[in-house]
Formats: sequence, C-alpha cells, structure tokens
Amino acid sequence: MYTQAMSVGPQDVPSKKIKSAEEAHAEAAFEARIDAGDFIEAKDWMPEHYRKTLVRQISQHAHSEIVGMLPEGNWIGRAPTLKRKAILLAKVQDEAGHGLYLYSAAETLGTSRDQMLDALHTGKAKYSSIFNYPTLTWADIGVVGWLVDGAAIMNQVPLCRCSYAPYARAMIRVCREESFHQRQGYESLLVMMREGTAEQKAMVQDAVNRWWWPALMMFGPADKDSPNSEQSMRWGIKRITNDQLRQKFVDATVPQAEILGISLPDPDLKWNEARGEHDFGAIDWAEFWRVVGGDGPMNRERLGARVKAWDDGAWVREAALAHARKQATKDIAA
Amino acid sequence: MSTTTQTEWPLWEVFVRNKAGLDHKHCGSLHAADAKMAIQLARDVYTRRQEGTSIWVVPSSQITASDPGDKGMYFDPMEDKVYRHPTFYELPDALNHM
Repeated sequence: MYTQAMSVGPQDVPSKKIKSAEEAHAEAAFEARIDAGDFIEAKDWMPEHYRKTLVRQISQHAHSEIVGMLPEGNWIGRAPTLKRKAILLAKVQDEAGHGLYLYSAAETLGTSRDQMLDALHTGKAKYSSIFNYPTLTWADIGVVGWLVDGAAIMNQVPLCRCSYAPYARAMIRVCREESFHQRQGYESLLVMMREGTAEQKAMVQDAVNRWWWPALMMFGPADKDSPNSEQSMRWGIKRITNDQLRQKFVDATVPQAEILGISLPDPDLKWNEARGEHDFGAIDWAEFWRVVGGDGPMNRERLGARVKAWDDGAWVREAALAHARKQATKDIAA
Repeated sequence: MSTTTQTEWPLWEVFVRNKAGLDHKHCGSLHAADAKMAIQLARDVYTRRQEGTSIWVVPSSQITASDPGDKGMYFDPMEDKVYRHPTFYELPDALNHM
C-alpha cells in the first residue's frame, strides 16, 4: 500500500561537491541508460542521490505495509462472520508479505533491515499518513479496502515500471495480490448497502465521509508543492504526477460510489464536460501536514504498537539465533 | 531497542518451483535464523496462493555472481555469433521443418 505522500519529509539534497571525471562519466552513462528505458539492477553503478531517494521511498513503502496492518488487524477479532474474518486475515497477511518484499528490495541498495526499522521506530522514517486515522466501525474495513487500497493500486501500478528493477519486481508481485484487497472491500460494502438495515447503510456513509478526504491526500502534495517529484520523474522512479493520479482516482471512484448508492462528501464534486474530468473541492492541506508531522488522530498509537511489538519480540529473535548457532555446533561435532 | 546488526537474522535467497516439471526460479529473499525457518517463512511469504510445489533456500552469502562491470566483456561476444541459431541457415522450402 503506497502513497506518494511518503516522498514528503526530509529530503536528501544532491551533493554539490565537484565530481571527478570518472564520476561524471559514470553519471552520464547512467542517465543514458535511464533515457533508453533500461532497468537498473542492485550491483549497477548509480548516483548516490538515486540510491538515497530509493532507500527512502522503498523503506517508507515497506513501513506503510506493516503499519497498515494495524487499523485492519483491529477488526479481525470482531469481523461479523467467519467468511469475513478469513478474508480479513488473508488481507492482513498479504500486507505483511508486501512489507517483506519491499524491505528485501530496499536491502539490495545496501541498507540493513535493522537500520530501516530503527528509522521507523525513532520517527525518522515516515509511513503513509492514511494509517494515522482510526477504523471506528466494521464499515471502515470495507471503505479502507475500496478507497485506501484503491488509491494504493492507482499509485502502485506505475511503479511496476520503476527504473530500479528489484523495486519494480516487488511491485509486480504486490499489484497481482492487491486487486483482491479492493474488491473484497467494495463487495462487503455492497452487501451492507443492498441487504443492510438503515443503520448499516448510514454506517457505510459515515465511513465514506471520514475516509474520502484522507484517501485523496494519499497522493501527496499538489504538484506545485512537490519539488522532488521532478527528479524522481526524470529518473523513472515515479511515472505519473501526484495531481494526475489523484484526478484518475476521483474519476474512477465517482461511478463506483453511484453503484454503491452512497454520496461522496464534496459539494464541489461534479463532472466538467470541457475538461472531460471531474472537478473537486479543495483539500485541507493543513490537516495533511499536521498528520504527516506526527499529530494525526492515531500517530502515537500506531508507532507505539510497532515499537512494542519489536521490543516484545526481541527475546524470540535472540532465542532463534541462539538455537541456530547451537544446532550448527552440534552438526559440526556430530 | 536492540537494533544492532549482530542480532539481525541472516539473509536467504528463495527459489520456488511453480509446478511439477518446471525448474526452481528465484523469487526473492528473506531473513531467517536457520535453514528450517527459512523454508517455513518462504512458504508463508512466497506461496500464499499456490505459487509453489517445492522451495529451495540458499544463504545469500553463498551466491557467487558475475561482475556487472564485466557484462560487456562476458556476454557481448555472443552478439555476432548468429550462426549458433537455426534461423541463420536458409534452406529450401521443400525441406519442410528441418
């Protein structure tokens, strides 16, 4: 589950130091490969800034998958039926898998798993701001699947063509699995809207009202406010801009909301014949930056849960290593 | 927080056979304390949708790879050896499927 909002935050400024002739030559060759649409592999030469940008993006993408398990995991024990529980368990397990594919992809760039986790746990690394909102009712789980995973898919499909091959390969695997996430969410909402009581329908509408704007924020700041996008586009790390993706998402979602029979909480949302796209209202960027900055409704709980899981699991990690060492010595002795 | 690299589980490369009769293909990597755990985790991480019938794991440190810097020197010489391919030879149509 990726959001372009993760490319916000402290950026690595490209080194201004004078390059050696060799370095300049290597960089020109690298740029030529990018221009030719070549994929870059882990052991290939790459500019330091390209490497850092990718480590930041891929690790924050991985963190988002892992932290994203929390709002949904919150409902596993309270799923209304065994079927919904099995589906939700499978989805949350997928998110763990996606996190692992992505950590592995980031590790190919020379960062360690522990370094990445440390950055998350100390608050240095970000994760998608969407997970700092609470899942208050069962309808939230359906809406997260429909809108949050829907927005993530919009973001992730172009990443399958990312110039960094290990990331692109991980994304292909993720995208193959992600479509079930959105469909199961939408289907659970359909059941509630078609067969549910008036209260259940109101619950769906309430969940949509709360998640709509945060879902739009998942695409990150407006293009004019994302100065790093241009370099990422240039390097083929990013293929479509934040605003373009957001527009695509709105246009795709409007008819889905109609079929569902719910309204989207934006009085300015309407079809613009001349543009061939929907117009939509202004996003509350102050809220976005507040949540990114650590002051959303659930930031402390989410990070606290991750740190606690890591600390509580320390003895398991150590015991497993100790066991492996003991077995290895036994094998040698035998 | 115990986040020193000494406590990090070693890295393993995972190869999965999709179905009987096919070869094992590299599909990714993961951290595990030992080989047995690596197999178990590989099952959970890489075969959640029946993608495999068999798994190999190899410590990543045991893989020897060709140097990407030698790519040209290593592989380009094959570029002009088109006569290694059957399509290089033009034969009369009458011969039919040789």
